[in-house]
Amino acid sequence: MKNFGYFFKEGARSMFSHGFMSFAAIGVTVACLLIMGTFTLVAYNANVNLADLQKENAMVAFVDDSLTESQARGLQSKLEKVDNVADCTFVSRQEARDAYVAEYDEDDMYKDLQPEVFRHRYVIHLTNPDRIAQAKEAVKDVAGIDEVRADETISAGFVTIRNVAGVISAALIAILLMISLLIISNTIKLTTFDRREEIAIMKMVGATDSFIRWPFVFEGLLLGLFGAIIAFALQWLLYSAVANGITSSDTMQLLEVVPFNGIWQPVAGIFAGAGVVIGVGGSLMAIRRFLKV
Amino acid sequence: MIRLKDAEKVYENGTKAVRGISFQIDDGEFVFLVGPSGSGKSTIIKLLTGEIVPTGGRVMVNGFSMSRIKERQLPLMRRTIGVIFQDFRLIAGRTVYDNLALAMRAVGASPKEIRRRIPYVLELVGLKGKENSYPDELSGGEQQRVSVARALVNNPSTIVADEPTGNLDPARSLEIMTLLERINALGTTVIVVTHERGLVNHFNKRVIYLDSGRVVGDATGTYEGVAQQ
Repeated sequence: MKNFGYFFKEGARSMFSHGFMSFAAIGVTVACLLIMGTFTLVAYNANVNLADLQKENAMVAFVDDSLTESQARGLQSKLEKVDNVADCTFVSRQEARDAYVAEYDEDDMYKDLQPEVFRHRYVIHLTNPDRIAQAKEAVKDVAGIDEVRADETISAGFVTIRNVAGVISAALIAILLMISLLIISNTIKLTTFDRREEIAIMKMVGATDSFIRWPFVFEGLLLGLFGAIIAFALQWLLYSAVANGITSSDTMQLLEVVPFNGIWQPVAGIFAGAGVVIGVGGSLMAIRRFLKV
Repeated sequence: MIRLKDAEKVYENGTKAVRGISFQIDDGEFVFLVGPSGSGKSTIIKLLTGEIVPTGGRVMVNGFSMSRIKERQLPLMRRTIGVIFQDFRLIAGRTVYDNLALAMRAVGASPKEIRRRIPYVLELVGLKGKENSYPDELSGGEQQRVSVARALVNNPSTIVADEPTGNLDPARSLEIMTLLERINALGTTVIVVTHERGLVNHFNKRVIYLDSGRVVGDATGTYEGVAQQ
């Protein structure tokens, strides 16, 4: 790479001297990255919301009837130490009875319901709801816990939805990336077509394929990076606007939107990486046929 | 040294452009390759520059066998020859200096070598002071001189000129041919493809006359003299 400076300078020179085509290539990169980025961020937020919903699906651990309230409360520290338990909240018989009556009592039907009908219990949330079956067994093994109820079907349903959504997202992102690569490749091919004579001359004087290819690689790299920077800025604006809209909406504010400030670094990295792949890959695809002289 | 032994070229469409041609051009020779249109002159130039490969026989160019040459050896072979085209083939968006510098960079010359060599070559072809001109600011004769300079700049052992005077008036044509004769006098092999009888006769060099893909005359003398052999 002793010619690094030359290749870089040539790449930059070519980018500016083919102003319109460079503008078109950057525009296409921006459009492709914005579509991919928006889709990815929507998929990411949907996944976060699904994960939150999945976490809401709590387990209930019933305390042995023979334990007093103070003994039952004493199980809290043991339960908190169980692997995968994020938090556990004690609900006494009385509280369970009051909650039941508040939810179902119509026409004072349960007015005389006694707290003894209910058991002391813990409402347990998990760190990783995917491993609900193992957590259920572990909680059941705690001395003083009589029974554990967990809706594994709902949890499994969430896992399936998230897995399916993940596969669909990955497939769509891969398809979008391929389309972007082809569009960029064709755009760069037009600039390369302009320069086929130059390439033929270089081959005729004894230039190696790599010597001819490198300036195009740098040009693609610069186009990709410029496109990525512009797309990132636009994505930030778009995301913030949509997030503000959702937060201030009466009907949609239940949805959780991850703040852009918390994810800008990986997003920037992905945009830069995708920009470089699209730019360099597109350049290499475009120049391939012109090197056969 | 260039050597063709029973060289043949049949294109994919079945056209037999070269039919069993044999000749040898020694180092330091000046040779005119002449003949009517379709005689195989351009095909021979393409065989010598590695644009096409022979379909039969052998073609040796400065130690490289063109029928067996590997893709990665082509650049090395091409560095031993400088090519001059009828239509100059200069890069319009680059100055005279940059057109030459690109040819030198392509073969790995250092910036110092480039700075030292280009003024020398430009002076040799009579273009001193034109370094910063763009091709379209030059006359046809001057553009062809740049093309000659580019062919020379990497100090090849052979110059191949394909109708170098085809786009020039008689006076400029004579200038270019005289320049090639001077380059030949410095030790470089020069092969000129042309159909201009006057120029061939003026220089009285070795003439290889081709017709219908075959060598029909090979001697030192005039166009007509060799053609009638």
